[in-house]
Amino acid sequence: MAALGPAEWQAISVTFRLCLYTTLILLTLATPLAWWLAQGRSTVRVIIQAVVALPLVLPPTVLGFYLLIVLGPRGVVGETLQNLGLHHLAFSFEGILVASVLYSMPFAVQPLTEAFRNLGRRPVEVASSLGAGVVDRFRTVIFPLTRGGFLVAATLTFAHTLGEFGVILMLGGSIPGETKVLSVLIYDHAEAMNYDAAHSLSLMLLVFAFATLFVVYSINRRFAVAKL
Amino acid sequence: MASSLHASEPVRLAAASDLRYALDDIIGMYRQEHPDVDIEVIYGSSGKMTTQIINGAPYDLFFSADISYPEKLKAQGLTATEPAVYAIGRIVIWSNTLAAASLTLEDLTSETIRRIAIAQPSHAPYGLRAKEALQSAGVWNAVQDKLVFGENIAHTAQMAQSGAAQVGIIALSLARFPELAKHRHHLIDDGLHNPLTQGYVVTRHGGNKPQARAFADYMASEEAHDIMTRYGFVMGPD
Repeated sequence: MAALGPAEWQAISVTFRLCLYTTLILLTLATPLAWWLAQGRSTVRVIIQAVVALPLVLPPTVLGFYLLIVLGPRGVVGETLQNLGLHHLAFSFEGILVASVLYSMPFAVQPLTEAFRNLGRRPVEVASSLGAGVVDRFRTVIFPLTRGGFLVAATLTFAHTLGEFGVILMLGGSIPGETKVLSVLIYDHAEAMNYDAAHSLSLMLLVFAFATLFVVYSINRRFAVAKL
Repeated sequence: MASSLHASEPVRLAAASDLRYALDDIIGMYRQEHPDVDIEVIYGSSGKMTTQIINGAPYDLFFSADISYPEKLKAQGLTATEPAVYAIGRIVIWSNTLAAASLTLEDLTSETIRRIAIAQPSHAPYGLRAKEALQSAGVWNAVQDKLVFGENIAHTAQMAQSGAAQVGIIALSLARFPELAKHRHHLIDDGLHNPLTQGYVVTRHGGNKPQARAFADYMASEEAHDIMTRYGFVMGPD
């Protein structure tokens, strides 16, 4: 096994930032979405649920291909940004962050939806009748009762983003310090026959992934929040 | 014996991505002459193909963008023939959005160019040669922050073709492909980098497949040379 060099540390830093930001953004977006999804089984909800779950079944290349087109200079988003005097998002950290948010969406939404469903309407109704406002209800009633769900959503989102490869390979362009994440660096090392370097990083990810899943299942045992 | 092999057993070629269009044309022509031979081709970076062969990939022939890779295979006893040169490749500056014909390597430092695509130098020979050319031109440090890396040279060309990278340093053979040839390119002086000596070898896996050797021989034919020349390859001694 090789010691980690500057290129490895750079990739670790990019990967960690990507996972952290993706998790924070997704928890913010997924909480209201999951809450709404948990309120019923209407057709619109089923459609949204299916859309959210798409990254689970689609090949990453499909997402990578469409994102490259949409976020690139000739795509709707990329072109609009350029017209505003900003840069398009292909081959940038912001671009792979957008990709990660979409790609890991189900891993945030599903555990939270499940947790909110298990919570039921009663506690919120009681809190409401006692005069608690929306923020108060979330802070003092919903969050404490569903924190297991939040922990599972955060951990799984972080871990799943760590495992991203195909989308980033297509959309990222392997720029050191910006879009070269660990999975892509390992691929490059393996292709270049730097097996020692590939091995060090792979083993690190393996141990980290196991630890993460161990945490998730431990939380799950205590709270029984998500079916995995 | 040729007859002892079933016609259904395909000849599998591993080929560097710079051959993507030229080799497709050559195989198309070969099929017309030999309709009973089934040829499959898998494209990728030369480094990747080498790694795959070392790890047991069932390829019968390997056309590399750099002869050093077939030589690596030979050193490991994985080849059935001597690695041989079949062509010399060239690199060009290509762009979908800028007039690349008048772009020089020095121009790439311009502030208006934000992203330059090259192939991954660690395992794609065209990437390594692009890096050498940028170094020789004295602009490597200045452009380093703009570089995006394609997994192989065809991926690199696609990055530039999509416009997401304004400029790509790609294989001449790809710039000659009709879809990309709509835009003109700037041929990079081959004195600025080591030659892209393209080498092929029959692998140990293909050693007892006469069809594999037959196709390798066909690559030295006049018809195949014509196609290779049309795609901008410089044909070396056979």
